[in-house]
Amino acid sequence: MRYAMAIDTKKCVGCSDCVVACQTENNVPVGYCRDWVVEVTDGTYPQLEIEIRSERCNQCNNSPCVRCCPTGASHYADGGVVLVTHEKCIGCGACITSCPYDARYSHPEGYVDKCTFCIHRIKQGLEPACVAACPTKCMYFGDLDDPNSPVSEILKVRKYKTLIPEAGTDPQLYFLI
Amino acid sequence: MREEIIVSGRDNPLIDPHLHIWHWQIPLYLFLGGLAAGILFFAGLYTILGKEKSYPTAIRIAPHIVPIVLVIGLLALLLDLKHKLYFWRLYTTIRLESPMSWGAWVLMLVTPLSFIWSAIHIKDIFPRWNWKYQFLFTLEEFFTKYKLVIAWIMTIASVILGVYTGILFSAFNARPLWNTSILGPLFLASGLSAGAATIMLFSKNHAERGMLSRIDIGIIVVELFLIVHMFMGFLASTQVQINAAGLFLGGPYTASFWIFVVILGMIIPVILEILELRKYRIPVLIPAGLVLFGSLMLRFLIAFAGQESRWLY
Repeated sequence: MRYAMAIDTKKCVGCSDCVVACQTENNVPVGYCRDWVVEVTDGTYPQLEIEIRSERCNQCNNSPCVRCCPTGASHYADGGVVLVTHEKCIGCGACITSCPYDARYSHPEGYVDKCTFCIHRIKQGLEPACVAACPTKCMYFGDLDDPNSPVSEILKVRKYKTLIPEAGTDPQLYFLI
Repeated sequence: MREEIIVSGRDNPLIDPHLHIWHWQIPLYLFLGGLAAGILFFAGLYTILGKEKSYPTAIRIAPHIVPIVLVIGLLALLLDLKHKLYFWRLYTTIRLESPMSWGAWVLMLVTPLSFIWSAIHIKDIFPRWNWKYQFLFTLEEFFTKYKLVIAWIMTIASVILGVYTGILFSAFNARPLWNTSILGPLFLASGLSAGAATIMLFSKNHAERGMLSRIDIGIIVVELFLIVHMFMGFLASTQVQINAAGLFLGGPYTASFWIFVVILGMIIPVILEILELRKYRIPVLIPAGLVLFGSLMLRFLIAFAGQESRWLY
């Protein structure tokens, strides 16, 4: 089992509903966010191209955050999802520093927090909150090992890219282009 | 032209607009850890070589400050933790892939060793020291008997400690300025140089000071060589590392790095030490103080600039 997410940059309108859905679902403290929207503008007016991406933790296969964690708090859970055990985390900041995507932050309660792919919802058979809330249905979630999952289906037919693959992290967030 | 901006308003504290999670605590600790490693290295090495007569300060006097230095460093590390009460979790596991885990365990070895070393030489500082309890006398006798073994462990552990202070940074591929394995030897050299400088400060023995002065000159030359190679490596590498090196080559950290670390912390002390060896009278406080200052600044600037360096993103 390998959970992954595909995000259609052609359909995303940058409304930030995914951000609010995540903050509500996961009780993210005020002033913090686990996901965010990036807008890339390319070219010179009037030849402009825009790409909009909803980003979050890439749930990497080769996660530097898991590697550098001195206590084993950061770990791979079922489906390759990278999680933090709060009671094991000492808040040293090594994982925050090690993430090329800056996807982690220090929770006001001391431990390090990040996107969990809403693993608690997946276990109930639901989609992650951001995917469920997306008004343009631009996000696809599922198991890459299952050829019939929404994410496998869309990756079969669309061109995609990952973010900073040269960092060697083998990210599992696919952006459809 | 290409512009990437976060439009959903991400402003995570300590992360945005650029990472600044590590403040003064980490670089201060790295300096103190390197300094402790340097002093213990010379104490251990000269004991192994059987040079107790010619290096009395290095073996018997200077190591007394190591426990103090390490305790201050450990306090700084503790202050850096955001989940302080869980610090003991470091010692419930050994994570070979994590430099911080290595560091925690090496400190667990080096700190008690430094206390033992200080205890078996306590009479050199306080000649009328009395342990009061019989078991403490027995312990002192036991450790004195195995002093050579302790010296061996101390020398090896201090090298690991010194290298680890650099590896801690270089293991982070996400921060291109740190992602060079030269930081390991560079921080080790800087720690050894700071250790030699501290021993010189305490030494009243002219011959010992002269020898340490020569060693220090050698180490600083190696450091300069490593710094040049570090920048050569960056400039011959990918765009992210070229940008990272730019922080020190024209960017916001240029003046502080080259003036404080290279000129004041390395070149001037070398000139002063050479002059002193040529029989000019130079107060030892000046070159030694400058070396310590340069070593501290190196840690601070690499720590802060490294957090500003990032992938093209």
